[in-house]
Amino acid sequence: MDFNDTPQQAAFRTEVRSWLEANAERKVEGKRGLNRRIDSEKGLAIAKVWQAKKAAAGYACLGFPEEYGGQGRPLFDQIVYDQEEEQFDVPRSFFAIGLGMCAPTMMTYATEEQKQRHIPPMVSGEEVWCQLFSEPSAGSDLAGLGTRAVQDGDDWVINGQKVWTSGAHYSDWGILVTRHDRSLAKHKGLTFFFLDMKSPGVEVRPIKQISGASDFNEVYFTNVRIPDSQRLGGVGDGWTVSLTTLMNERLAVGGAPPPDAMDLFKLAASTQLEDGEPALADRAVREKVADWYVQAEGLRHIRSRALTALSRGEAPGPEASISKVVSAPKLQDISAYGMDLLDIGGSIIGDEAPADSAFQNGYLYAPGLRIAGGTDEILRNIIAERVLGLPGDIRVDRDKPFEDIPTGR
Amino acid sequence: MNFDFSDAQKALKKQTRDMLRSACDLTVPRRVFEDSSESYSKDVWAALVDMEAPATAIPEEYGGIGFGYLELCAVAEEVGRSLAPVPFSSSVYLATEAILMAGSEEQKKEFLSKLATGEAIGTFALSEGPGLVTANSLSVTYAGGKLQGTKSPVPDGDIADFAVVVAEGTTGSCLALVDLTGDGVSRKPVDTVDPSRSHAAITFDGAPAQLLGSEGAGWDLKNRVFDRAAILFAMEQLGGADACLQMAADYSRGRYAFGRPIGSFQAIKHKLADVYIRNELARANNYYGAWALSTDAAELPMAAAAARVGSIEAYQFASKENIQTHGGIGFTWESDCHLFYRRSKLLSLSIGSARVWKDRLVSALESRNAA
Repeated sequence: MDFNDTPQQAAFRTEVRSWLEANAERKVEGKRGLNRRIDSEKGLAIAKVWQAKKAAAGYACLGFPEEYGGQGRPLFDQIVYDQEEEQFDVPRSFFAIGLGMCAPTMMTYATEEQKQRHIPPMVSGEEVWCQLFSEPSAGSDLAGLGTRAVQDGDDWVINGQKVWTSGAHYSDWGILVTRHDRSLAKHKGLTFFFLDMKSPGVEVRPIKQISGASDFNEVYFTNVRIPDSQRLGGVGDGWTVSLTTLMNERLAVGGAPPPDAMDLFKLAASTQLEDGEPALADRAVREKVADWYVQAEGLRHIRSRALTALSRGEAPGPEASISKVVSAPKLQDISAYGMDLLDIGGSIIGDEAPADSAFQNGYLYAPGLRIAGGTDEILRNIIAERVLGLPGDIRVDRDKPFEDIPTGR
Repeated sequence: MNFDFSDAQKALKKQTRDMLRSACDLTVPRRVFEDSSESYSKDVWAALVDMEAPATAIPEEYGGIGFGYLELCAVAEEVGRSLAPVPFSSSVYLATEAILMAGSEEQKKEFLSKLATGEAIGTFALSEGPGLVTANSLSVTYAGGKLQGTKSPVPDGDIADFAVVVAEGTTGSCLALVDLTGDGVSRKPVDTVDPSRSHAAITFDGAPAQLLGSEGAGWDLKNRVFDRAAILFAMEQLGGADACLQMAADYSRGRYAFGRPIGSFQAIKHKLADVYIRNELARANNYYGAWALSTDAAELPMAAAAARVGSIEAYQFASKENIQTHGGIGFTWESDCHLFYRRSKLLSLSIGSARVWKDRLVSALESRNAA
């Protein structure tokens, strides 16, 4: 048991580190840097420059095959790169959904010509992609989606609405799952496409979240035409194709932003309670810090276990699936508790708030994290069914024609 | 990155598991539990000795097999899974570790080889009845080579051959090694919530004892022994928690209500998913603890406390939700659920409860941050 790189990994790490030293600045504690919240247009422009630089040096998508702009390296090398990049002040990535979810779906189902056309510009950051899955009536029950696709000659005509689409407002392309036949059972009547987001009839409206930020959108489709050549998988294979995307989502969505247990530790050490002592001297506060530290450390070591598997070229074990279901509620609880330590002053958000408002921002961001990419509840179902082997729920809608399924409206 | 047990360590774990599965199915802890004349299972102890389990981490020069702590962790998990009613933790995690840490060359030579072969069973005596013992509250004294006072409950105190006793010496606290079969020692069994593991009240009345380590260092040595033992206890707790999850999941697949397996209800699924999540967090912390123990890493105090806290909570949660998943049948004497429920509580109290370890954890973080 050790935490060391293999000689090859160590050599690669050195190479990556020296490239980063030459091309980016190291993070400075307490300094905001490039990653602070800036409006997406400006942020995107900066991110595209950085992505292009990475791509030119061969670091953009290390695991992708060489013919599509990658280096065909083991997944572990990507992790080495990410660990090193984490130490530097680089712009936040606008490309995670495209590279993490859309690209693997395209690689599995697109034609060779389409892959050659679309994947390299994704890698270099020239073209940004989004994923058009959730709908107002289809969230956890994604297969209940109703956006219609009707074939018309060599085209399909799309009408309906998607929601919670990250980055739709700046995306060039999207992957889309639709319903082509309402008379079939719900999982059978789905068909999958990719489309140009600038197509006539596509309208993107930002959603204002509880934090006030707008990271997601509603996307409306009014008689949008998609060529049949942009269908991924067969007519009626939409669910199977979606599962490819979602499998990759589980790999892409994992941890949570700060504050974590040690941020609370630091806040508690520098905040006084009633008796003038630091909050960290209070036994009740210490217990809370300890509880979250144990969770945070558990997640860190689970990650080390997953990296060990990847380093050996194996798939990570099922324990890797628990990351988000632990880290999202932890973020919510730590944020709320940190605010408690500051008393009514904990309500202040902005320059006066300690830790760059991390606790207040975490409080307002965490509810979304508990829902996005699989709710706490859905993830527990997945653990129970796939890991513990418990029987599936009884599905009252599975074999009915979609049009006969009650909607409650 | 190689954060995993080696193939040889995994093989040892499987060998231990297979051996315990045949030598120690749940009828064995139940028999010790129900028969007050049997303090521990001599057969299971003999089988563990036969595979040299107590000798695992003892260096060869003292009669051990010098495998190391990763191997011992692998064995501990299986001991916990099987609810083995044997003095393994007292003799191996506590007495052996105390002598390895504080013993003179002579003491190591004399005691370790006997511990390695199972010829002697050792234990560790700290508690002095209900309530927390602190460095300033010790009532058992050591002076002029003799112990005076009562320790209770002492794990395996009725069967152990010798004990390491935390006592108030003439210049502060100390550890004293005492022959429990000798003069000035009287012992009386104590009933606990888990009768599958025996405990005793031991009264010393001028019992001859020898210092283990220097006088004044007792409390610090105790803490250091407990840091190491915490990881081994945590591995036992993890084994038990895993057994509870397995039991509950199996039952929920086979038990039908409302015309379907109860495991198809989300109320049960989410409960058992939560058990799984806690167990896996505990496992990850324990593996890190195992690494810290095996390398004597500077992170040991943090790693030990995190392993201990996570495993206490995982086992307590798994054992109570196992009963809940079983429903009424799980509350009967005949069901095995309560054997785990009782053991999980006992283990959560041995060497300090979660409340104590959470405080130690934050203290360790404070020391690290100050450094």
